Amino acid sequence: MVAWIKPSSTVPYQTLLVGGVALLASAIISIGFQLTSGDIAKRQAEDRLVSLRQVLPSAPPGDELLRNPVTVKDEAGNDVVVYRVLKDGKVDGVAYQIIGQGYSGDIVLVIGVAPDGKLLGVRTVSHAETPGLGDKIETAKSDWVLGFAGRSLSDPPPEKWGVKKDGGVFDQFTGATITPRGVVKAVKQGLEFFDAHASEMLETSNSGASGGLHE
Amino acid sequence: MSDVDYRGIIRDGLWSNNVVFSQLLGLCPLMAVTTTATNGLGMGLATTAVLVLSNVLVSSGRSLIVPEVRIPVFILLIATLVTLVDMVMNAWLHELHKVLGLFIPLIVVNCSVLGRAESFASRQPVRAALVDGLMMGIGFTLALVLLGACREILGSATLFSGAPLLLGDHFSFLEMKLISDYKGVLVMMLPPGGFLVLGFLLAGKQLLDLRQKKAATAQFHCAVETTGR
Repeated sequence: MVAWIKPSSTVPYQTLLVGGVALLASAIISIGFQLTSGDIAKRQAEDRLVSLRQVLPSAPPGDELLRNPVTVKDEAGNDVVVYRVLKDGKVDGVAYQIIGQGYSGDIVLVIGVAPDGKLLGVRTVSHAETPGLGDKIETAKSDWVLGFAGRSLSDPPPEKWGVKKDGGVFDQFTGATITPRGVVKAVKQGLEFFDAHASEMLETSNSGASGGLHE
Repeated sequence: MSDVDYRGIIRDGLWSNNVVFSQLLGLCPLMAVTTTATNGLGMGLATTAVLVLSNVLVSSGRSLIVPEVRIPVFILLIATLVTLVDMVMNAWLHELHKVLGLFIPLIVVNCSVLGRAESFASRQPVRAALVDGLMMGIGFTLALVLLGACREILGSATLFSGAPLLLGDHFSFLEMKLISDYKGVLVMMLPPGGFLVLGFLLAGKQLLDLRQKKAATAQFHCAVETTGR
């Protein structure tokens, strides 16, 4: 037997190899993140503006919409940023993000509400639902979310705010009930949120220099 | 590298050692995405890109990587690649990412990528590994599209629905509705339906292979008899 060991079969070499690769991988990912994060944030802001515009049909062109939001605290104490369309010094519509519980995690939606409490529109911003089953909440795949426009807390009455399987008025999808159920529930809660905080959202007196922040 | 059997690599990747139909690997992403042919195509293309890159990386580092720690090293490399592909697509191919974004993290759990790194790329020169990754990827894509098409036709009587989202508006002609008044078979859209369809496809491939083998042995016997042993 020859009494030498190849360096590559020693524990220090192996440790260094795994450590080195891990270090390299982290470095590559950090660089990749640095290079792409700006563009990703920009794309997401564009997406947000597009979906806000879809649920606020009367929104002016440009990014004016993003400039005078108000922050409203919800029941759990979280800040909700409410984007508003101002027309002749009055609020013509508000839009904010709501989150529903889907089949696989959160479904991020944005809803637009008119001052009288009627839904102007609902759009899905992001979700991780099953492709082909639960992803019909995207307008690219189905018209389903368009069915919310014009609804309010009294139309349908509260006990009918559910999918058909639960005795409500909204369609479920073939093979996916949990997804639309989560969305319907979130939209209803979104409307209740408007109901509870309408005065804060619709107030325009200090939308100027003081920044429109409410405590 | 004249001693590398490229024809064998191509045949293996596309047919005789196909990721899905022979190795039965990558079934988790397979069942999840093949509800339509379009989804299958998107997932297949993204997986192909990762397979090629990971094979090339593993092959070029094969003299450094020792057997004792190869698995964590491979997994690190693959996970890094998938993360990079995800970020790059999100930043610069945002429209495509909106369609494929759901599937990309699934590539990490596709054991065929690790399988090729382990059984092929870690022992072969870079160019052979590249061809292998490409062929395995194409074979996987074909299997996904075939399975997706079967499930889509059986489940909702459409074919390539959503294709313009993935490939652009030029390809809207691919989108077909085969039967206009079709109620749909839900089970085909769910994973059990995927397994059912896969079972039939596997049986079909076995049948073809057996028939080919029989023909080959018959020919061999004839040859033996005519040469007088």
